[in-house]
Amino acid sequence: MGFVYVIQFFVPHPPFDKFQNWGNDWIQIIAGFAIFLGILNLLKVSSEKIYKKSKGWGYAAITIVGFLIMTIAGLYEGKDYQNPGTSFYWIYFTMFFPLNSTMFAILAFFVASASYRAFRARNKEATLLLLAAIFLMLGRTPLGDYLSGWAPDGWQLKNISDWIMDFPQTAGQRAIMIGIALGIISTSLRVITGLERTFVGGE
Amino acid sequence: MNFWQKLLALDRRYIFIFVALALLIPLFLTAPPGFLKKIDISPPVKSLYDYVEKLPPGSKVMIAFDYDPPTTPELQPMAVSFLKHCFMRDLKVIMIGLWPQGPVQAQFAMEQDILTDEAIKPKNLQYGVDYVNLGFQAGNEFVILRMGNDIAAAFPADYFGTRTRELPLMKDVKNFDNIRLIYNLSAGYPGTYEWVIFAGDRFGVKIAGGNTAVQYPHNSPYLQTGQLVGLLGGMAGAAAYEKISGYLGKATRYMLAQAVSHAMVVFFIIIGNLAYFITRGRKSE
Repeated sequence: MGFVYVIQFFVPHPPFDKFQNWGNDWIQIIAGFAIFLGILNLLKVSSEKIYKKSKGWGYAAITIVGFLIMTIAGLYEGKDYQNPGTSFYWIYFTMFFPLNSTMFAILAFFVASASYRAFRARNKEATLLLLAAIFLMLGRTPLGDYLSGWAPDGWQLKNISDWIMDFPQTAGQRAIMIGIALGIISTSLRVITGLERTFVGGE
Repeated sequence: MNFWQKLLALDRRYIFIFVALALLIPLFLTAPPGFLKKIDISPPVKSLYDYVEKLPPGSKVMIAFDYDPPTTPELQPMAVSFLKHCFMRDLKVIMIGLWPQGPVQAQFAMEQDILTDEAIKPKNLQYGVDYVNLGFQAGNEFVILRMGNDIAAAFPADYFGTRTRELPLMKDVKNFDNIRLIYNLSAGYPGTYEWVIFAGDRFGVKIAGGNTAVQYPHNSPYLQTGQLVGLLGGMAGAAAYEKISGYLGKATRYMLAQAVSHAMVVFFIIIGNLAYFITRGRKSE
């Protein structure tokens, strides 16, 4: 299959394009089943936690209850379960949506606390990182303009943050991306040619 | 323990309170005069706006909603302002999601912000004719590859269960050749990176993105190479698009809260470093 995708990329004509379409259809079917498998695994792991009364078993119970409520609500509403006015829609927007958003929102508090404790100008590299962070945090909001609007163009926070993003950041990011791409190519070739078998449990 | 040492050992709950206040209070305040003018329209935002402006009415634009509720504050305003811009330009919109909750976000944007908007109402938008929501499909980048050959094969039915081929809008849409722009709203994998590689590079379709602030640096190198038409980054990017397209929305309103909270974090970093150097200096004495 790996070779089919490689060949198809360079020769996008019959019969290779057909092979790729079949492959993609199969992957979509497998991915659909993988979701089902994931649900079964979640239920199995959570049930075991509850049965063994492991640490945090209460959370596992909430997971199962939440899963069952959403599933029952969806099945009960039938084909139109996602429409406004259904119980599924109500649970999604009044419970799941805010709870899920809250999980991500508390990150802001931890970032602020971590910045206060760990962001120290201990050496040259840390100082550079710290300055870049300050320039970006101020320069990416209108606050930067209020603070440095009086300065010459090149020294305004907005322009400094743009420079950081366009040059050092892009250069670094590009180097990482090229490195990752080379790694992926070599690993993929090893997998396709059968040299790399650790992913199926071999040596 | 002197003042600076106490400051270094400050309970993190105090920091949490300050950050909460920095975020909450501005939400109830009106931005000072001139604040809106200071929202910067960066070149990637301008280039996306210009590209949409140049599309002839009736052109098909695809929006991939690859995010879920946690990143809604950043990405939903990007979706709403872009949708409004498209509909005001009489473009046809095809919405999909490679994330399970993406199409729900799309539906949410349409019901809460687009169909109720006074400027859009006269357009009398009709589902299936002016816009469609093809729902979610599992398979990540392989779905993108399948769409490159046949969109209806990748998404056989829409969000409501109607066969894709039966939707009037989809009648003359076979694959990416019939799409003028794909706008991907992304909070991770699969996201803009996958759309650039598997749709843009492979099939030659134009790609633009809207990313969370954290993800933006990962995809910004594709701007310089021309693989992205435009890219919005975080709340600032969303506010910039609202400003340039003239549909001021939530991102513009949230910018004040973001500016104050950023200032608060910078303040804490400076105070923390000050305390660190003063206490370190005293230790070495």
